Amino acid sequence: MSTLKHNTGLLLQDPAHDGGASAAGGGTGGAANHPGRRRPRPNNLLTSPGLRRAGGRLLTAVGVVWAAATFTFLIQALLPGDRATLLLNQLAGQVQQRTAAELAPINAKYGFDDPLIAQYFRFLGDLATGNLGVSYQLHKPVTEVIGDQVGPTIGLTFASLLVAWLISAVVIAGTARRSRMVSSVASGLEAVAAGLPQYWLGVILLVVFALNLGWFPVVGGTGLDGLVLPALTLGIPLAGFLGQVTRTEFEKGMDQPFALSARMRGMGDIGVRLRHVLRHSVLPGVTLSGWALGSLFSGAVIAESIFSRPGLGKVLVTAVNSRDLPVVCGIVILIAAIYVLANLLVDIAYTLIDPRLKNS
Amino acid sequence: MTATLEHTAITGTLRQELLKVRNLNVSFSTGRGRDARLTHVVKDVDLRLAAGECLAIVGESGSGKSVTARTLVGLPGANASVQAERLELAGHRIGTLGERQWRRLRGKDIGFVLQDALVSLDPLRPVGKEIEEALRLHGWGTTRSRAARAVELLASVGVPQPELRAGQRPDELSGGLRQRALIASAIALDPKILIADEPTTALDVTVQAQILELLGRMKERGTGIVLISHDLSVVATLADHVAVMQGGAIVEQGPARQVLYHPQHDYTRALLDAIPSEHTKGTPLSKDGRARITATSRRPRTTRPADAPVLRAEGLVKSYQGHDGVVRTVVDGVSFELRAGETLGIVGESGSGKSTTAKMALAMLEPDAGRVLLDGAAWTGISTAARRSRRRSVTVVYQDPLSSFDPRWNAERILLDALARQDYPGEAERAAQVRELAGQVGLQVEHLAKHPLQLSGGQRQRLAIARALAPEPEVIVLDEAVSALDVSVQAQVLDLLTDLQQELGLSYLFISHDLGVIHHMSDRVLVMKDGRAVEQGSAEDVFNHPRHPYTRELLASLPQLGLAPGQRNPPAAAGTPTTEGAHS
Repeated sequence: MSTLKHNTGLLLQDPAHDGGASAAGGGTGGAANHPGRRRPRPNNLLTSPGLRRAGGRLLTAVGVVWAAATFTFLIQALLPGDRATLLLNQLAGQVQQRTAAELAPINAKYGFDDPLIAQYFRFLGDLATGNLGVSYQLHKPVTEVIGDQVGPTIGLTFASLLVAWLISAVVIAGTARRSRMVSSVASGLEAVAAGLPQYWLGVILLVVFALNLGWFPVVGGTGLDGLVLPALTLGIPLAGFLGQVTRTEFEKGMDQPFALSARMRGMGDIGVRLRHVLRHSVLPGVTLSGWALGSLFSGAVIAESIFSRPGLGKVLVTAVNSRDLPVVCGIVILIAAIYVLANLLVDIAYTLIDPRLKNS
Repeated sequence: MTATLEHTAITGTLRQELLKVRNLNVSFSTGRGRDARLTHVVKDVDLRLAAGECLAIVGESGSGKSVTARTLVGLPGANASVQAERLELAGHRIGTLGERQWRRLRGKDIGFVLQDALVSLDPLRPVGKEIEEALRLHGWGTTRSRAARAVELLASVGVPQPELRAGQRPDELSGGLRQRALIASAIALDPKILIADEPTTALDVTVQAQILELLGRMKERGTGIVLISHDLSVVATLADHVAVMQGGAIVEQGPARQVLYHPQHDYTRALLDAIPSEHTKGTPLSKDGRARITATSRRPRTTRPADAPVLRAEGLVKSYQGHDGVVRTVVDGVSFELRAGETLGIVGESGSGKSTTAKMALAMLEPDAGRVLLDGAAWTGISTAARRSRRRSVTVVYQDPLSSFDPRWNAERILLDALARQDYPGEAERAAQVRELAGQVGLQVEHLAKHPLQLSGGQRQRLAIARALAPEPEVIVLDEAVSALDVSVQAQVLDLLTDLQQELGLSYLFISHDLGVIHHMSDRVLVMKDGRAVEQGSAEDVFNHPRHPYTRELLASLPQLGLAPGQRNPPAAAGTPTTEGAHS
């Protein structure tokens, strides 16, 4: 072990794990835990696995956002239709050809005449300082437009994900590895739920629970009671997907010896399901959640328009319809960033759920 | 030790009877509707156990021993129906218990230890939490006192640094420590009965000895132990009574000494005879006739001077860099010679580098240093193309052949694929040779049409041997080739290997963790520990006059049949010169 002291790089690794493992080898007297000698390997700060991994992840995240930004920039710059004309028409609220004299001040103001590459670097520079441009339609900075509306959408997204997890966890823990009847009915329901179109489900929920029963407001505010139906609209189909990927893992877990061991020490069936097996079965669902978080964010538009909720979805639809390109681009970049963030969260959740992954 | 045993046997009936089972029958219903069938897996079983005794239930896979044990804790499995004339456990009539009553009993009055603690303890939780859970389920103490008790329990089963260990997960502990932690969770509430289902099967021999010693101490403290095992020699060290199960019924039951040393039933005798050891060397283990072997070699045999090695390894070194960046030397300076027609046994515990050595001998892995020579010519350190023409000279059989077969191919196709095209140009010739190979390894023609999944474990291993024979090799590497087999099937496969060697002049590189198997099969033996060859020599020398302390420790840890328990030196005495008792 003394060799470790000569090596700065190795000291960066988790010392508790290192000490524990070698102690395990020595403690059993004969159970060779770590065979062979350890030799220090040429090492420095940059090649330390932990740092390298974190650095790599950060680079990937920046790369994804940069790619999304570049893509939206190219769409803005290269799409048919002159941007200055578009802007003027938006301002005037009419569609007509503009003369060069009319366009010149606009081109000068927004720099549309500059070489593409110069525009690109200016765009990136603005992006780095948090400036996403000004909305053609609302004449407000895009960041402001998004900032006003992003709150309810994020709330809806996370509420939907939570609802999906609750539904699927209850259904799985309650029905997997039960009688053939129960488990195939539940599995069938999951498949149906996964296939439900969100707009149809949303309308049905609205008609039944808001219009007929009057349990929830018809026009959703930002309050908690206005959140229930939209969250169910997005959450139920996702719960079906989550259930399908979790069920197999859960059944595998129920057959594992540790589940039997827990029964042997006096735990009941429900205890085993909730305290042991559920945790083992959620990993594939967690992977799916990373994707789901991003897709819920963009799918929020459906729930927002059905339930007349404020939110980014509406802003996006309006912006697309009126070709308000800076707003569209701002939202696309935001969604890319959310995807990246979601996947980072998934990675963190992974090691929290299965600590063994920390070392691999 | 002997005195206490006799004492127990005499006074056994006077002690508290913990377990009374009469006419236990368990059957499983499988299929539905018209296909519904009732499989009778435990038939008319009678068992008795008193405090401070050990009852061993011995049998091969499928004998119903595990189902019997699980029935005793009310968890025989799904779709099981249990009938018994009498079923009493620790003073409770358990035949009519409801689930709620069972749960109060499990963990408190009966502890249960399963085979492999890596999967029998929740792999995502620290082992201390599992022990605390056992206490919590029965309403013992507070959160804080339970945590303290878990540490105490770990210490009581001989886990060093229990505070540290309690916070570690099973994958952070060695096999022995894991098994101890599992035992600690089973005995947390000091149950009167401990049922241990194959508690040492996944463990190395030295660790196995420690666990058996731990169980022995619990027995002395008055716990009644039901030990389920396939291994008669493990049973010999601990059991007071032995019940031998075959096909769901107990064929023989009685005091351990009588069953193990004066068996009455043919099946018990066959089981005992099938155990490979020093004494079985040179004699067939199974009662089956010899294989029909006719050597019809198509390839010219390499002529070499007598005594020249077929395979020669010089100073093999192999290191791997782990994911944590630490380099581990898995094989460190191993040299050996394998002579024509001989068997070189490589023995060692898990992680000793046996399998890595085998991979280098097969030239499937390039050594970092050193080299392997095949018939005096370089075998490693050359290009794959240069090796290809001689590939057929060295073949391999693994522990689990199932994963090395294409599950969609039938046995015939697997063997056809292994035949050398140049030797058998015609289709009819190839088909004939496949049947010839099947006959050599004792497979019937009808087996050839079957897929690996449809074959039994023994038949699969025969198929794997046939495939290894197909290219007419000079050397076969047998990497734990019989380790997963039941003892009677293992006996047949070992006999087959011996016959094939004699008829075909094969050389075996025989890798095993099982000292008995190695002793039975090997002419020369190489003992590995932590990547080094600690001892090497003739089987006679290594086993009867071991020079290295580790070899002595291994031999002392080995549970031995053929002599009464207690004659052997206890594992605590490991490291002393050769255990005289083991070879008297």
